[in-house]
Amino acid sequence: MARLSKRVRFIAGALALMFVLAFAGATTRPAFAQVDPNAAAVKEQQLLDKLNVIQGRGTIPDTKSYVLEHPAGRDWRVFHTVWLKWIGGLSILGMLALLVVFYLWRGSIPIEEGRSGRKIIRFTAFERFVHWLTASTFVILGITGLNITFGRALILPWLGPSAFSAWSEWAKYVHNYLSFAFTIGVVLMFLMWIGQNFPTAADVEWLKRGGGMFTKKHGGHPPAWKFNAGQKILYWFVVLGGVAMMISGYMLIFPFYGGLTVGDMQLAEIFHGIVGVLFVSLILAHIYLGTLGMEGAFEAMGEGTVDLNWAKEHHPLWVEDELAQERSPKGPGLVTPAE
Amino acid sequence: MARMKFLCDADRCIECNACVTACKNEHEIPWGINRRRVVTLNDGKPGERSVSMACMHCTDAPCAAVCPVNCFYTTADAVVLHSKDLCIGCGYCFYACPFGAPQYPKTGNFGSRGKMDKCTFCAGGPEADGSKEEYEKYGANRLAEGKLPLCAEMCSTKSLLAGDGDVIVQIYKERVSKRGYGSGAWGWQTAYHETVAT
Repeated sequence: MARLSKRVRFIAGALALMFVLAFAGATTRPAFAQVDPNAAAVKEQQLLDKLNVIQGRGTIPDTKSYVLEHPAGRDWRVFHTVWLKWIGGLSILGMLALLVVFYLWRGSIPIEEGRSGRKIIRFTAFERFVHWLTASTFVILGITGLNITFGRALILPWLGPSAFSAWSEWAKYVHNYLSFAFTIGVVLMFLMWIGQNFPTAADVEWLKRGGGMFTKKHGGHPPAWKFNAGQKILYWFVVLGGVAMMISGYMLIFPFYGGLTVGDMQLAEIFHGIVGVLFVSLILAHIYLGTLGMEGAFEAMGEGTVDLNWAKEHHPLWVEDELAQERSPKGPGLVTPAE
Repeated sequence: MARMKFLCDADRCIECNACVTACKNEHEIPWGINRRRVVTLNDGKPGERSVSMACMHCTDAPCAAVCPVNCFYTTADAVVLHSKDLCIGCGYCFYACPFGAPQYPKTGNFGSRGKMDKCTFCAGGPEADGSKEEYEKYGANRLAEGKLPLCAEMCSTKSLLAGDGDVIVQIYKERVSKRGYGSGAWGWQTAYHETVAT
């Protein structure tokens, strides 16, 4: 045993000597004279090519400041100053132009049979409350939101810098705080109407005939339940678009929470901006059809009741259901006018 | 007029953070805000470099482009400044800035960031040069006194250069040719759309 360990030690010693000699030979050249201090140094362009971001270590508590360079901000800038303006301008002005053309061609869609004088309950007080809660906050959120993108070009020139700044600061706070009321409205709307908003066979027919909107023929309205396919599309856009607006919006309200980076914030703004302007243009069409575009439609959300003939023309399947319920002992539904 | 720029010679920066301290002291910057900072890349590895970074006073500045209330302006010396009276604290300039320069006094939510603060190239703000209001909002206006930014003026290794772009590039190029290497002008491509050949 002792002999073996002696032998091992000898071999190890011999190997070590060989290494030392080998290295001594290698270092006879003056190595330091040739060293380029920059050879191993980090290069800006290399780092940018790799990740398009340069991050290091800093000594202050604000960890965001450890990002030295983040040129992606320039792409976001192009989105915000060019693309969003085009997407928003085209979708909103385009929708307005379409509605004007449609109105000039079709006019206000009349109740074909005229008013019957009998009314039927369309929306309960609670449904109307939820609708107007969502609607009123949406209008304010829309205006204050568009101000951030379009205000500088459209309002600033005639309001002047200080007045525009004061208005914009208020608009920002209003936008942030009213978002909660809007959120509640969308959630209630989702729960309240989801039962009537699943696609049915009637919707396919309704869509095929364009909702009867593009024909002036008598009896052109395709049948529908409480909500027609157009209203269902609106419902799902409001619910899903509303959720998209909430998620991206709350990311913007709580900046950098839970490890959000600048890139995440930029994405949230892009998402919020695109969905927002599409939302506004869709709601413009909704407002048009609910007021100017159709005789007898506004009272559904205004007073909660609609004329029976209007209901029969636009939502015959729903009316049949309601009337059947009314004939059964516990269902109200039909309201006779006081006189 | 001059075209004011910053140039940090990363081969000289020793990460002493004197520029950061000088800036904070000169402008009495509140806690939590750092107009200038030093970032170390490849920390502890061969080829480690430190770069002192603040607002680069970009050509065609992204912050100014995205500001919803147009509170930014560029001086005759090409210094990018802003008005704290007009700023609404929306945070967009920080999202657009490639250098993370804009800072906000509060980290609160609901958009309550307060008025944005950033490096002024020691050139104050829209108020009268050297006035009390200007000092309280933006800090000292050294440029109006004929002095250059303090961070660069007191840099112990003269790594950080501030001044007319043509002049500081000349100084940097002379250094590079004399010592035989240089890692380039960090951020110049992004800020000024030009590089300094080394």
